[in-house]
Amino acid sequence: MSLLFSVILVSFLLVVAVAVVRTTNLFAAIMLFAIFSLLAASYFFTLDAADVALTEAAVGAGIATVLFLSALALTDDEEKPDPDRRPLLTFLVLALMAAPLLYLGFWQPDFGGATTPVQQHVTPWYLETTPEAIDIPNLVTAVLASFRGYDTLGEVFVIFTAGIGVYSVLGMPKRGGAHSASSAAAWLYGIGHHAVPRVVAKILIPFIVLFGLYVQFHGDFGPGGGFQAGAIVASGIILYALIEGGNAARAVLPVQALLRMAVIGCLTYAGVGVATLLMGGDFLDYSVLSADPVAGQHLGILLIELGVGLTVTGILLLIFHAFAQRETH
Amino acid sequence: MAWLGILNYWIFVLLLMTGMYAIVAKGNLIKKLIGLGICQSAVFLLFISMGKVVGGTAPILDGSDRAYSSPLPQVLILTAIVVGISTMALALAVVVRIRESFGSIEEADVYGKEAEA
Repeated sequence: MSLLFSVILVSFLLVVAVAVVRTTNLFAAIMLFAIFSLLAASYFFTLDAADVALTEAAVGAGIATVLFLSALALTDDEEKPDPDRRPLLTFLVLALMAAPLLYLGFWQPDFGGATTPVQQHVTPWYLETTPEAIDIPNLVTAVLASFRGYDTLGEVFVIFTAGIGVYSVLGMPKRGGAHSASSAAAWLYGIGHHAVPRVVAKILIPFIVLFGLYVQFHGDFGPGGGFQAGAIVASGIILYALIEGGNAARAVLPVQALLRMAVIGCLTYAGVGVATLLMGGDFLDYSVLSADPVAGQHLGILLIELGVGLTVTGILLLIFHAFAQRETH
Repeated sequence: MAWLGILNYWIFVLLLMTGMYAIVAKGNLIKKLIGLGICQSAVFLLFISMGKVVGGTAPILDGSDRAYSSPLPQVLILTAIVVGISTMALALAVVVRIRESFGSIEEADVYGKEAEA
């Protein structure tokens, strides 16, 4: 029954995706894409992926939409028809590609089955090993931060690099409140003169940030962790920036501080790895951090999740400011 | 319920193709990026659906002896979502610069301007 519900949800996704592609108004396309993300988050939730749903809702529906809209503010919001495109040919080629993939569908492992390849040996191993080796209830956090910690370190550095990349392309945001008259006023001074969004945001923002901190520090026991917390805190501060303006947001958390957060986050993560090396263990093997291996694991996971949270918050906000401060031409 | 699994998988294939169609058949750069986002989501959805167990619950141990869905695909996709938004931001930054240099985000206009120069 719940599987049927999931499949209905994913069919909605297909309908929304087709609508996104068909519309020529880019503003509408971005809004529909936000709905797409929200539906995807609901789908993840029905499939027991609470952590992923949390991330998709904060990142896909929240931050991605704001970034797309701020990029749109700097470009044009109507798509021009292009006579040189060949939609029919594209459709035929894609149909040819889709045919074998659809045919392979008949050999897919049973959806939701308990004997699918994923459940054969990998999942039981994590289910059995985690309680004795790491002893935290949330397996997703255990796999992310400890078993596959090396992988996650790489991903944190990819995020950091992407942030640096955005700055190489768009330039550093100005550190003070300096701006020119041609800047989009709404991005700098916000929409605080509208009473309803302002009042609602004022009530919501403290709870969003508080929830972010809860997700950060409770990630070992419930759904949560550094990635989700970083995205939630960043979306709370972006909401503040949208209401009160980018200048007010930068007064609370200056660009310099955000840069430091991102760098300190990366260094904390890598530093824990180096510390375990110096204490005689393998890279990112937290067991050596304390006399009791399980306590060492707890400490290591807490530290690296903190690093992840700092980097994700810092980089997402830096990217937002880079777009928001860009002058329109 | 085998047909439900097949239908579920087919929708991912169609989503992937919808995204690809936007990348190939649309000339607008932001539209292409949205198409890329749809492709990306199709892969995420496929991964997560692979780990599901009927009657299972989220992989947060509570001491009971019940079935849990697989945590591994969830970990891979969780990090992929955050990495995805960072790389998408980089692509959007490039689009903004293209608009500043060429005055348009339509592929045909950009090629035309480049041929003139």
